[in-house]
Amino acid sequence: MNVAVVKPTPERALGELFATARDRLPGSGIVSEVREAAFAEFAKRGLPNRRVEEWKYTDLRALLREVAPLAAAPDQAALAKAATAVAALDVIDAYKLVLVDGVFAPKLSDVSALEAGVRLNTLSEVLEDRDNKVRGDLLLTNATSDVMVSLNAAMATDGFVLNVDDNVALKKPIHIVHVATQTGTAAFTRSLLRVGKGAQATLVESFAAAAGAQTYQVHDAVVVWVGDDAQVQHVRLVEDSHDASNVSTAIVTLGAKTQFNSFNLTSGSVLSRYQGFLRFGGEHANATINGVNLLKDRQHGDTTLVLDHAVPHCDSREVFRAVVDDRAHSVFQGRINVHPDAQKTDARMMTRALLLSDEAEADNKPELEIFADDVQCGHGATTGALDESLLFYLRARGLSEKEAQALLIQAFVGEAMESIADEQLRELAIATAERWLAARG
Amino acid sequence: MPAELETVERVRRIDVDQYRYGFETIIESEKAPKGLSEDTVRFISEKKNEPAWMLEWRLEAFRRWQTMQEPTWARVDYPKIDYQDLYYYAAPKKKPELASLDEVDPEILKTYEKLGIPLREQEILAGVVRPEGERRVAVDAVFDSVSVATTFQKELKQAGVIFMPISEAIREHPDLVKKYLGSVVPTSDNFFATLNSAVFSDGSFVYVPPGVRCPMELSTYFRINERNTGQFERTLIIADKGAYVSYLEGCTAPQRDENQLHAAVVELVAHDDAEIKYSTVQNWYPGNSEGKGGVYNFVTKRGDCRGRNSKISWTQVETGSAITWKYPSCILRGDNSRGEFYSIAISNGYQQVDSGTKMIHLGKNTTSRIISKGIAAGKSQNTYRGLVSAHRKALGARNFTACDSLLIGDKCGAHTVPYVEAKNASALFEHEATTSKISEDVLFYCVQRGLSQEEAVGLVVNGFVKDVLQQLPMEFAVEAQKLISISLEGSVG
Repeated sequence: MNVAVVKPTPERALGELFATARDRLPGSGIVSEVREAAFAEFAKRGLPNRRVEEWKYTDLRALLREVAPLAAAPDQAALAKAATAVAALDVIDAYKLVLVDGVFAPKLSDVSALEAGVRLNTLSEVLEDRDNKVRGDLLLTNATSDVMVSLNAAMATDGFVLNVDDNVALKKPIHIVHVATQTGTAAFTRSLLRVGKGAQATLVESFAAAAGAQTYQVHDAVVVWVGDDAQVQHVRLVEDSHDASNVSTAIVTLGAKTQFNSFNLTSGSVLSRYQGFLRFGGEHANATINGVNLLKDRQHGDTTLVLDHAVPHCDSREVFRAVVDDRAHSVFQGRINVHPDAQKTDARMMTRALLLSDEAEADNKPELEIFADDVQCGHGATTGALDESLLFYLRARGLSEKEAQALLIQAFVGEAMESIADEQLRELAIATAERWLAARG
Repeated sequence: MPAELETVERVRRIDVDQYRYGFETIIESEKAPKGLSEDTVRFISEKKNEPAWMLEWRLEAFRRWQTMQEPTWARVDYPKIDYQDLYYYAAPKKKPELASLDEVDPEILKTYEKLGIPLREQEILAGVVRPEGERRVAVDAVFDSVSVATTFQKELKQAGVIFMPISEAIREHPDLVKKYLGSVVPTSDNFFATLNSAVFSDGSFVYVPPGVRCPMELSTYFRINERNTGQFERTLIIADKGAYVSYLEGCTAPQRDENQLHAAVVELVAHDDAEIKYSTVQNWYPGNSEGKGGVYNFVTKRGDCRGRNSKISWTQVETGSAITWKYPSCILRGDNSRGEFYSIAISNGYQQVDSGTKMIHLGKNTTSRIISKGIAAGKSQNTYRGLVSAHRKALGARNFTACDSLLIGDKCGAHTVPYVEAKNASALFEHEATTSKISEDVLFYCVQRGLSQEEAVGLVVNGFVKDVLQQLPMEFAVEAQKLISISLEGSVG
């Protein structure tokens, strides 16, 4: 007898997921209310699909199908496995904050020598703090109504709440390390960083897998406020396992005369989406947002950036590079909004894709939305293969095909990496790219 | 007198929001009952004396249309259109069959005279500057829902070119029409194209046989005259192997407080080694300075480069319409085929333009070029929306896109929404876009040398759009240049 197997719809599976996870999620009272509302929003709209313009090229309903169940809190064995993965990333001198399967792992972290003027709490700790009247706000944002950000708010288990006081210049970067140890589960994390007036800070985020962790999902969000005259560097390195998924959001608000410098490199994950929402909240601010996607096999990598020039006299620069091999698919969507009063805006965006295989695909959507007249805005987009004449030149000088390609690819992505001011971080990014090239063979 | 000065002179004589072609022709006309139903479709088909297959085709489109939703993705904002509150057919009352132009209602002839469209062959004097001697243009004049006159038919017939109203072609060349109608823009394509398929009333049909270079420019002039009437024209142009044709399209409408609907479909088919050049100067009534009235222009234009080495080139100057929703596209199916899109879109007052193109590379070694110049002034919104895509098998596809926007004033908006999709490594795509305002330095330089502010702006704008103007046939280029300055009138200072 044939029995029809009824597949649960993704939304229904997710509803169950929230119901079972609810008891484990930190925070009660107002926090629970915010989570309920956020989840209701998600349940109403469901996973984004190609009919949602912002997700046109990254149809999560088709690619992710459903959100995996919440990862269990890591046990000793998991922490031991994670320790090895963290050690491998431990190449920069930084204040290390480790999240294993979405939960803070103090023993793997290194915050003993945190400088004066920096306050650190875990997200779960603040959400549980009943005396904190505004704890519910940690899960709210008005920067975007993106449904994956709502899902993150509903499900976030842990993360960090960091405060850098005014005029404090951090000597070492803050390094948040996300490690997954489990297979087939999802981790939801959210971190908030407030950088005071005139302060200086560097935030590094790494995403990696412990040995054996497969097909897991990472759902992360960071929210950054940069106070007037402050300087912030932000570097992300996504090296998740090759069958994992990573959906991350960065929400950044810049004060007046700030310098914000961000770089993202994605070489891991079979499915990744990094979406950045950056808003200029004060005049004379300056932002550089660069990114590189290194994709092969059947990887799908999406970088979506929305820059809101809400005030006059701000500059932004975006440089994006994608190297796409095999049957991989790279997506870049960049949008520059210039509000009616944001005169003297100077915004530039350049996106280039390098296709190494006939089955690779690159989609670019650089958008300009301009409501002020005295502005300079421009974008460029190119797609193409490696230049045959350059390859020939190198081959003629004795380099092998692969070596010649590697050299040209390095130069191609190098342009986007130049903006990383910190030398040790730039080296780290270059090393990551080299690892990818080496693995290409 | 230099062109710029002439332009400024011309502008001075006109009030800010005065539209040159805003007059109305008082003429008796015959209309279909208001509203849209199967009966309306049958009525139109019957009026046109169409064969049964055509009616069936229309009805199928109509049934499909009833299940469709009006698209909302474009960056245009307009009150909901009540499709039941429109007339779908209006025709000047006429005697059953016209033998010659003399029998056309003199009022209509006067209208075209006023518009500067030559309908009498002996009086053809199109164009202003004509250095290389006599150039003639064959005109098909469409007044509301019917074609009133087509000139030079005899001469074209000698060359083997078929140029006639599509309603006539359906009767006289049913095989050709059956074969090509809806083959580029299928009836199910989109909301407005489907509506057009159900109720289209007239338009032009062009067939250029193999190896023939059409001896003159072909042109259609569209005029909406009747109140509350939608115009739904359908144009079908076929260039057979090795043929060449250049086609011009112009349009105007009277000045009215209410909005008029215009939903056209244009289909182009280019076979092996054929070339079609399609130029439009769109000057529908844009509404007054408060944004009242104006034409809603929802147009589906698509060219199919079906054969090897075929070429389709779209050139458009968009200055009119309250709302423009228009994306002339090229499907580059044949190997080595080429698509071109040159556009100037100017918006002033409360106009909203959402226009651009699609270049779909399917064949090998296909190339395309997109040059789009958007100029936004007043309180208008001007959007470029374009797609360039290379199919997996489109080896060696090549595209170059440049879309520049110029903002005049701080109440307007200019937007660029390009989609660039490459599905194979040998595709080489380049896209660039800039948005800026007219540089103060440049204006200062001009003013310092004795030009007025307005002349200086005219000069800069004409320079900005030069790349596209050069693509227009001579007759249109001069007219378009003037039109541009008129459209921008009132935006300076």
